[in-house]
Amino acid sequence: MSQSATAIQTDTHAEHHEELSFLYKYILPVDHKMIAMQYMFTGLIMAVIGGFFSYVFRMQLAFPGESVPLYGIVGPGEYNMMVTNHGTIMIFWVAMPVLIAAFGNYLIPLMCGCDDMVFPRLNRLSYQIFLVSALVLIFSFFVKGGGFGGAWTAYPPLSTVPEYNLTDWGASLWILAVALEFVSFLLGGINFVTTAMNARAPGMKMMDIPIVVWFLVIAVILFMASVGPLIAGAVMLFMDQRIGTTFFLPSGGGDPLLWEHLFWFFGHPEVYVVLLPTMGIVAEIITVFSRKKLFGYRTILYTAFATGGLSFVVWAHHQFVAGIDPRMANVFVVTTLLISIPIAEMLFSYIATLYGGSIEFKTPMLWALSFLFAFLIGGVTGIYLGASALDVYFHDSYFVLAHFHYTFFPITIIGMFAAITYWFPKMFGRMMNETLSKIHFWGTFIPFNCIFLPLFFLGLAGQHRRIYNFSHYPDLATENLQDVRVFATTSLVIMLLFQGIFLYNFFYSMFKGEKAPDNPWKANTLEWTVPSPPQHGNFKKLPTVYRGAYEYSVPGRESDYWPQNMPPDKN
Amino acid sequence: MIEYFVTSASSFSGDIDDLFNLITVIIGVAFFLTLGTFIYFMFRFRRKKGVKAEYITGEKHKEKKWTHYPHYTVIALDVVIIAFNIIVWVHIKQTLPPKDNLIRVIGQQWSWAFIDAGPDGILDTEDDIATVNDLHVKVNETYHFELQARDVIHNFSVPVFRLRQDGMPGRTIKGWFKPTKTGTYDIQCAEMCGYGHGIMGAAITVHTKDSYKETIAQINNGTYESHYQKRKGSKTPLPSDTAQTDKESSFARLLARVF
Repeated sequence: MSQSATAIQTDTHAEHHEELSFLYKYILPVDHKMIAMQYMFTGLIMAVIGGFFSYVFRMQLAFPGESVPLYGIVGPGEYNMMVTNHGTIMIFWVAMPVLIAAFGNYLIPLMCGCDDMVFPRLNRLSYQIFLVSALVLIFSFFVKGGGFGGAWTAYPPLSTVPEYNLTDWGASLWILAVALEFVSFLLGGINFVTTAMNARAPGMKMMDIPIVVWFLVIAVILFMASVGPLIAGAVMLFMDQRIGTTFFLPSGGGDPLLWEHLFWFFGHPEVYVVLLPTMGIVAEIITVFSRKKLFGYRTILYTAFATGGLSFVVWAHHQFVAGIDPRMANVFVVTTLLISIPIAEMLFSYIATLYGGSIEFKTPMLWALSFLFAFLIGGVTGIYLGASALDVYFHDSYFVLAHFHYTFFPITIIGMFAAITYWFPKMFGRMMNETLSKIHFWGTFIPFNCIFLPLFFLGLAGQHRRIYNFSHYPDLATENLQDVRVFATTSLVIMLLFQGIFLYNFFYSMFKGEKAPDNPWKANTLEWTVPSPPQHGNFKKLPTVYRGAYEYSVPGRESDYWPQNMPPDKN
Repeated sequence: MIEYFVTSASSFSGDIDDLFNLITVIIGVAFFLTLGTFIYFMFRFRRKKGVKAEYITGEKHKEKKWTHYPHYTVIALDVVIIAFNIIVWVHIKQTLPPKDNLIRVIGQQWSWAFIDAGPDGILDTEDDIATVNDLHVKVNETYHFELQARDVIHNFSVPVFRLRQDGMPGRTIKGWFKPTKTGTYDIQCAEMCGYGHGIMGAAITVHTKDSYKETIAQINNGTYESHYQKRKGSKTPLPSDTAQTDKESSFARLLARVF
């Protein structure tokens, strides 16, 4: 095992690298760290767009028909377009680039102890395609008819026939953007797996790899294995739209249900594709800030494999009432509830890691712990929806919406902030302001719960999704329910305002913050052994690894951490 | 818990509510135990001067049991939930009890058409009764429905019955319900169906035998007034509907309630 795990690029020491011109350093870089920055900033810009959409449609729900400040009157078509693209952006253009591409690119070479990705130019190409996909999506909002408004699941025939969706080019550009984004992540994924498997520092055995690298690798494998059918589906959908084929149209012998299968065969593993990187980030943070070895490294790793495997056989729980054979639903109920078992085991192991620790509540730790709390709620409410009989009532209701926001918000937003606050010193060589970070944390976490907890109750009351004005449904147009909507919207606005503090802190600290030492958190993994920020080529001398990543508070040692590359005879 | 928010008005809505309560109890206990442990650990093991963290690998059998026992509990709870779920599911979706009446439900952008097979119980005959956005049914009689979608996917959703079913273009999907409580309730479209998805509501009226006859007579002699339209008009309008003239927004109303 250790033989195959040696770095394959040996002659690339830092001193061989020349100063690069601005163009090649910032615009067309092959350095994995700069590509990671490109992904991260593109993702953050997209997050602002997605967040703005959520502000506009939540305002419309709370004060229907009134002019929304900074936007104006929201029509039904615009409402649909924003709901659709909020979902698409947050998953494909925020969660994927920030969690997987940005932190994957940044961390995998640094944590594995090599100088760059194995295929640096492929890496650059993957970002360029990603950028094009983002531009295509943004462009689609401005074509005639407006952006696509048929929900992020894009069920045909609504998504294929212009007379039905009224957004002829919006729909086509939307599917084109999604397909391009998939291509970009396929290229990136190949790079991740190859780098983590072939270019590790000498001595880094499989079981010494930091959990976050493992989880990123499993995530991209899941992605690459599940996305094939959807890319095929996307091409078929595009052909239905543009050249008149009828893969999904009953009028020509096609079947809309086929798309649902192709979409959810990808769509469910996708949940775990974005979940696993955040789980890994959280594992790094809770071990460092509780000075504890990860509880059951192997158990956690195997539960991730089990989750990944199971995630391929649960997709039809999105379609319990979609007209599939009702007998088939029983099979998918069993597999869906089975997946709660490895996930629960993983969460239990994380909580057990806290036992006997010395927990310091720095901002990254607050984010990591709040992730566990929020994801626990998201997980248990998933049990309700995994039960097919309850889906008869909850299908497409706000209960579903609240449930998946309790999984996706912790994964995407909380995971992103956890990672940024934790690795910021390494990325930019400066510390973030701790007080401002803590204010931002509470100003995000409390309003987040105030937005989505009430939505569970709206779901119980029978409120269904993607409705721009509930006055057409007398049972839902009551004052009590309207007050709940206003409360959720108010919380959202408060939460969005608090993001200003983050942006200020982020950019101020980047240039004016306190200088960061190499290893501010006293962590073990290899990225903390290089200067902050690391130079091009990462390591002056490629490191050798002697132990696993989580040797904290080892008995008999004076210091409570033991970097992976510290030779065993030194203390 | 659901019936606190929405009336329970069909023969199987109680089953779904019971299943919901069962899962709430099971999950609730597991959730609060986990959360309690989590919060206790955070408090108990916070950093104190001079106290070093313990070195626990979690690889030994003695240690692993602390995550394995909760894990076995989760498996046992899952089995209970699966068992009860399948009982309810088979009853609602997998079996069709003998019918008293047959209707056809047609969803199209953006309205609902309902065709009652009438006294002969056969669709597409002369005694069919067709209504738009208004469904009239008799209480305590079993209805079979044939759900169709003309253009895009729609979802026939009646919250008080705890019933949601997608209508697929190109297919006829069969289902059933048995109303148990008279009154007029919402019908929703619960699947994104385009520009007018937000207005694709309808009304279902559950009648006693007499009032049903009366309504059918009205339909036949042309004095019928749409329950859906009447209902939309009779409800207290949302604050927003009057927002243009009424300066007090619902946000201000909320604040007034809180303070």
